[in-house]
Formats: sequence, structure tokens, C-alpha cells
Amino acid sequence: MKLLGRQTWKFGDEVYLNSTGTAAGPMESEGPLGAMFDVKYNDLHCNEKNWELAERRLMEDSIESCLKKAKLKNEDINFFLAGDLLNQVVTANYAARTNEIPFLGVFGACSTSMESLAVGAALVDGGYAKRVVAAVSSHNATAERQFRYPTEYGGQKPDTATFTVTGAGAALVSSEPSSIKITAATIGKVKDFGIKDPFDMGSAMAPAAADTIAAHLKETGNDPDYYDLIVTGDLSAVGAPIVKMLLSERGVDISKNHRDCGLMVYRPDQEVFAGGSGCACSAVVTYGHLVKELQSGHLKRILVVATGALLNPTMIQQKESIPTIAHGVVLESTKGGHN
Amino acid sequence: MSNKEQQQAYAEKIKPLQPKPPYFMNCLKAFLVGGFICIIGEALQKFYMTYFNFNEQTAGNPTAATLILISALLTGIGVYDKIGQFGGAGSAVPVTGFANAVTSAALEHKSEGIVLGIATNLFKLAGAVIVFGAVSAYIFGMIRYAFKILM
Repeated sequence: MKLLGRQTWKFGDEVYLNSTGTAAGPMESEGPLGAMFDVKYNDLHCNEKNWELAERRLMEDSIESCLKKAKLKNEDINFFLAGDLLNQVVTANYAARTNEIPFLGVFGACSTSMESLAVGAALVDGGYAKRVVAAVSSHNATAERQFRYPTEYGGQKPDTATFTVTGAGAALVSSEPSSIKITAATIGKVKDFGIKDPFDMGSAMAPAAADTIAAHLKETGNDPDYYDLIVTGDLSAVGAPIVKMLLSERGVDISKNHRDCGLMVYRPDQEVFAGGSGCACSAVVTYGHLVKELQSGHLKRILVVATGALLNPTMIQQKESIPTIAHGVVLESTKGGHN
Repeated sequence: MSNKEQQQAYAEKIKPLQPKPPYFMNCLKAFLVGGFICIIGEALQKFYMTYFNFNEQTAGNPTAATLILISALLTGIGVYDKIGQFGGAGSAVPVTGFANAVTSAALEHKSEGIVLGIATNLFKLAGAVIVFGAVSAYIFGMIRYAFKILM
């Protein structure tokens, strides 16, 4: 049985993360992880005519560099699992039109990064695919326009707001051995504690992250310190202390090894309010930075919990609150004979 | 899904962990930025009265037009949203804020074409201001008219 408890998948010995590719916008490239990204743009337009094309360019760049590193072509890939934040996941759809890899669109807001990776790993583990590419993207300007106001609108944002990361990340999953193994994944439940403020997604998403982390630890029987790091996607400066508090109420202490991608992707002096968010936030940090730490053996084992606010502007205007979700994936380094 | 009590308990619990909005500083910044925009308006009005053939009543029109032009240009070069983040209501309430709402929507929807993009979405944000402006002008006009007849 590959199912642990109710919601955790335990993968066999043959699921590997072979290669990753990342593309990033100007703010992210200037951030502390800037040197880790494969493709960097110093202009938010990424040499394209409009924002949507810019986001598509980022996703296509990340896939291209991921496959280039693995010395593979589009024809070598069985399935392409991708998603983004835009209506009808358009960025993913049009990237799939370009690469012509059999395609499954996925949406879990900012949790799509780990959702696509988990499903991809399950396909490989189940023998339904030899090689899968999982990709996500987000763009600050396309997200602003879809979820909030026009880019140049002069509305004041509170300190709890987050800043959508401009970038994309792609990962190649296969049964061919590499230095990183995907060993488990926990699929999250939708949680909603009544937060209605789209400028405070950290508070909205923290309960979903806490629920997924607690379920994962319970079902795998692992302690929090079994992992070198437990990384959340985009809880930011507001949500990060809340998830630690919610877990400590359940007797789980992650304060020593918890990090949040939203706080890792930018420098504290960059003007991003509470921190980064968006599908690309967890993707560029995981696929750009954490994967390198695992490849080198600096990190042995990490749990990446990507958090998503399933926000819809129409629902918010109809006075609904924001449902949220979080999916976790365990990545292990095969360096150093760790079990 | 969580019930009302759980939601209230959660809101109470996370309150100490959330940054408090700096109300006083926001008011001060809004006062300074809004006041500064009004000083520019005042100077423009004096300019039009001194150097052109306008009086105190008629100088309002070219003054507002000039402020709108400046605001639109600042929106276009990507400065007004930064002023807005600093000044809050101070830069949103004057006519420059209205101009920013219209121009930013136009810029945003340029990619969908002139008719369905720019023209359709031009008043996406500012439309509410026009609707309530017209409705309240009508109501207050009627009240004033009623008083005039009765007095």
C-alpha cells in the first residue's frame, strides 16, 4: 500500500527529481537568491508585448532550461503538468501549445507548485509515466490585474499584503536515478477560517499549512526535526508566526527548522510588504535554491509545503471568505548514504 | 468548514501577530500629500488668473485640467502608484486620484485593443465615482430646490 493514513502518499524507491529550471523577473533576480536562477530578466515585460506574454515567456524559459540540463527534448517527456494563477490557467495552456507534450492543467493557486510535483511523482511511481515535467508560473502584473487593481493604480496597500513573485519553475520527475529522491507527498484539505481580506493571505493560509504539516507528521510518524527544513510556500511575515503558533497548540514544534519561501526570495529592504507570494514563490525558491542544497548534500531531507489562497475576486465581492489549501512534498538527498 | 465561533476565535488569536495599521502616520502622510496637491492647484489657479484671462470662478477648469494632465503623465511613467502607496487617501481623493484611476485602467487594458480594451475598461474603477457623483448631485439639488420653494 502506497497510502499512509488518509492523505499521504509514500512513493517507492524509484521516483527522482532529475532536473529543474527557473526563470525570474527583475526584483527576484536582485534578491538574495538571484544568483541561483537560470534565466533572469531585468524588465518586467521580459522582452514581450504584454504582461500575459511575459509570464508565458517565463514558464517556457523554465521548461526549456530544465530539459536542457537533463539533455532531453519535448518528445522525451510523457506528460506536462502545469498551472498558474490566471483564469483558465492560460499560461500553462499556451506553454503546452508550444511544447506539445500531453498535458494536464492543474490549479491550486500558489500551492500548484507542489500539487503538480506530487501528482507527477505519483504518475511516475504508479508506472503511468516515465518522465513528467511539472511547471508553474506567476507574474506580479498579471496577478495584480486579475485579482486586484491595474498595475499603475495608486491605491494604498496595508503591511499585511504580499507581493506576487514574477517567475516560473519547472521540474523533471522520472524513475531514472539522480541526486534527489521524491519520497512522500501529503495532499491538503481546503481550510477557511473566515478571512475575507485579499490583502492578508498569510492569515488566511496559515491554518491550511498547519493542517497539512500536522497530517503529514502524524501519518508518516515523523517528528518535525526528522526534516532539515520544513518550508512553507508564501505565508510571509504575517502567516509564518501564525502557522508556528497553530502547530505548537497541537504539540508540534517547527520553530527551529521552519522557513518561508516568501521571506527567502526577497531581501528585507526590498519593498514587498509582508513578503513574496504566487505560484512562482515556492517554485523558484525550491527549484532554484533548495534543490541545489539537496544536490550538494548540505540539506538531507526537506518538506516543502506550498500554500494556496483559492481567491476569486467575484466571490470576495459577494462577501465570501477565502478558502485555502496546502500540499506538501518530501525531497531527500541521495548524497551521503542517508536512509 | 469552520463555524462562526471558530472563525471569531481564530481572528482573536491571530490579532497579536498581525501588524497594526499605522493610522496616525497614514493620516499625517495623507494630510501632507493631499495638502501639497492642493497647493499646486492653488498656484495653478493664481497662475491662470494672473497671466490669462480667467477669474476666480472660471480658473477652476484649466486648473483641474492641468492637474489631470500631470497625474496622467505621472501614472504613465510609473510614479503615481508610488505616491499613492505613500499618500493613501491624500493622493486618492483629489482630482489627480480620479485621473490616476482612469489612466491606469486604460494602460492596463491597452493590450486588448482600443474599443474592447481601453474604451470598455476606462471607467472600471472611476465609474463608481461618476455614478455616485451624479446621483448625490441630483438628490442634493432637489433638496436645495425644495428649500428654495418653501422659504
